[in-house]
Amino acid sequence: MNWLLVVCGAMVGAPLRYLTDRAVQARHDSVFPWGTLTVNVTGCLLLGLLAGAATHLQLLLGTGLCGALTTYSTFSYETLRLAETGARLQAALNAAVSVAGGLAAAFAGAALARM
Amino acid sequence: MTAPEESLRRPVRRPPSWRAQAPVVAVVSIGGAVGATARYAASLWWTTPLKGFPWTTLWVNIAGCAVIGVFMVVITEIRPAHPLLRPFFGTGVLGGFTTFSTYAVDIRRLIDGGQAGTGLAYLAATPLAALTAVWLAAGTTRRVLKGRQP
Repeated sequence: MNWLLVVCGAMVGAPLRYLTDRAVQARHDSVFPWGTLTVNVTGCLLLGLLAGAATHLQLLLGTGLCGALTTYSTFSYETLRLAETGARLQAALNAAVSVAGGLAAAFAGAALARM
Repeated sequence: MTAPEESLRRPVRRPPSWRAQAPVVAVVSIGGAVGATARYAASLWWTTPLKGFPWTTLWVNIAGCAVIGVFMVVITEIRPAHPLLRPFFGTGVLGGFTTFSTYAVDIRRLIDGGQAGTGLAYLAATPLAALTAVWLAAGTTRRVLKGRQP
């Protein structure tokens, strides 16, 4: 049952990341990976909100949905590509803004959950 | 009749129709489930104490970043792959396996739980290790596989 909850959450979270990334990247012309940043920060906010939720919700929405909605591999690869293509400042900015934004969203989510 | 060049001049970022997107969305979904299941399995096999350093998530993220470094170099620079392979494995499996949200929320939990030192160490260690992993993996793959090409 627990495995099924993780699978169901991830089956929604991963395509949601893909479609959000496509939609965001289609709306600007810069090389900056706004799409991945958007899903990562949103996922951190949502997972922060879930702190203290019941176990089955944690598995479905936390481990499954938020875990698959957010990504470290694409974030790292996109940062590497920016650095390799000469956009070093954007690479550094992407890393800093992602980490700071994700952390701020996690704190904001937890604060909202306590209200 | 449309000249063959016509298709090349089509704007690259034009969102394709839903019908064209459906197989991509499906393989991303299946891949995401595979990746998330593997991450969940790792968290059950190597449980980390609530107040301890989140080693399992750190290693999951490092491993996923190393693999994407190899994978992307192979499919973009060494040999072209089936159009659904990147969405399935890169976006789906590796994206579902690695996680940014657990990383951020674990830092908050550690800081809130009075483990600020551990939280800050984890905060710095993950991006440093993940970026080093993708950089080393991509570079090594390029050197090894391109050296072998005829």
